Amino acid sequence: MSDDRVSYVYAVGKRGPALESAATIGAAASGHRGLRTVCEGGLGALVSSVPAEQFTEEGVKYQLESLDQLEVIARAHHAVVAAAWEHTTVLPMRLATVFLDDARVADMLRERAHDLARLLEQLEGHVEWGVKVYADPGAAPTTAAAPVATVSVGSSPGRDYLRQRRARRQAHEQALRAADAVAARVAGAAREVASAGVEHRPQQDGPVSAGQGENVANYAFLVPSEHTARFQRAVRSQAADAAGVRIEITGPWAPYSFATTDAHDGSPTEDNDGR
Amino acid sequence: MADLLQGRTASERMSPYDRQGSAANLADILERVLDKGVVIAGDIRINLLDIELLTIKLRLVVASVDKAKEMGIDWWEHDPSLSSRARTSDPEVTSGDERLAVENERLRAEVSRLRAREIEDER
Repeated sequence: MSDDRVSYVYAVGKRGPALESAATIGAAASGHRGLRTVCEGGLGALVSSVPAEQFTEEGVKYQLESLDQLEVIARAHHAVVAAAWEHTTVLPMRLATVFLDDARVADMLRERAHDLARLLEQLEGHVEWGVKVYADPGAAPTTAAAPVATVSVGSSPGRDYLRQRRARRQAHEQALRAADAVAARVAGAAREVASAGVEHRPQQDGPVSAGQGENVANYAFLVPSEHTARFQRAVRSQAADAAGVRIEITGPWAPYSFATTDAHDGSPTEDNDGR
Repeated sequence: MADLLQGRTASERMSPYDRQGSAANLADILERVLDKGVVIAGDIRINLLDIELLTIKLRLVVASVDKAKEMGIDWWEHDPSLSSRARTSDPEVTSGDERLAVENERLRAEVSRLRAREIEDER
């Protein structure tokens, strides 16, 4: 270990051949040819050497302030975690978890062995699915807006304009209410199948995303792998008859949202870890 | 448990649904890698508050950072409250900073205009 390199930890898993092949696959997936395992006791960490000057506090801050660089780091981190996850259960680390050298990584594995092993046990056999519910009046059948817009017999253009505006606003409010209702049903239906759930902050609508709708709920669920199909059906069926509501399912993810030391009881909880 | 892990193949782990590989939405990835995952204090102390501030601002302004990039929105790089780079006193970058500040101002105005129009449309 030369003095200008530090050890970046992507994930921690159980020591063994599965973790070793995860390192090999992860190296190919991320382009980190130096990706390796650092093992201690029954655990192993997926580690690569990164330039020390880029991973000082200032260095990381500088890197994360550039969206291009942030994307590179985030995708590289995710690529290793995702590739490893395909092979074995691993705990994803928070981005930019860095140690002075491999010996310090081993120290950490020894000190945190109990917590890490317990978490691995809990997540074994599960995958994380993201579920986002959108109010999307644009996608709604025009039943709400159309009749109002056509009732323009003998009225002034100004009135028509106001009517149309009101119709649009009503369609929007209707979609929001429908989406809220769907979100509540999704949470309930998902809970039947999922082992745990958390609620992330909705992704904010911006000026450039008009037409995609407004994200009213952003959940993550921890689902036993064998119940994947059942989970998808349960979630999707909640929006079947709701006009102006769109459900987006993402995954499978490594269980980022559940790789915490907090306890989870299976119902979506507010996302307020330490803030 | 070790036997279970070894006995499992990649195909068993993968579902028939979309894989979250390189194609995964950047906003979804950032949400997870910046806010989630096991937090272990490494040897290098990273000030997560700064990182959180960055992502919160990202969330407030754009739904999708991919879209933001397409539009060339990168104001956070030049916002003195966010960026150490924008605070730099290096004379070499001053002219560039000024140029970017003007550009930043223009983009902010554009965003407010679009937002106002959007709100107007909803009424």
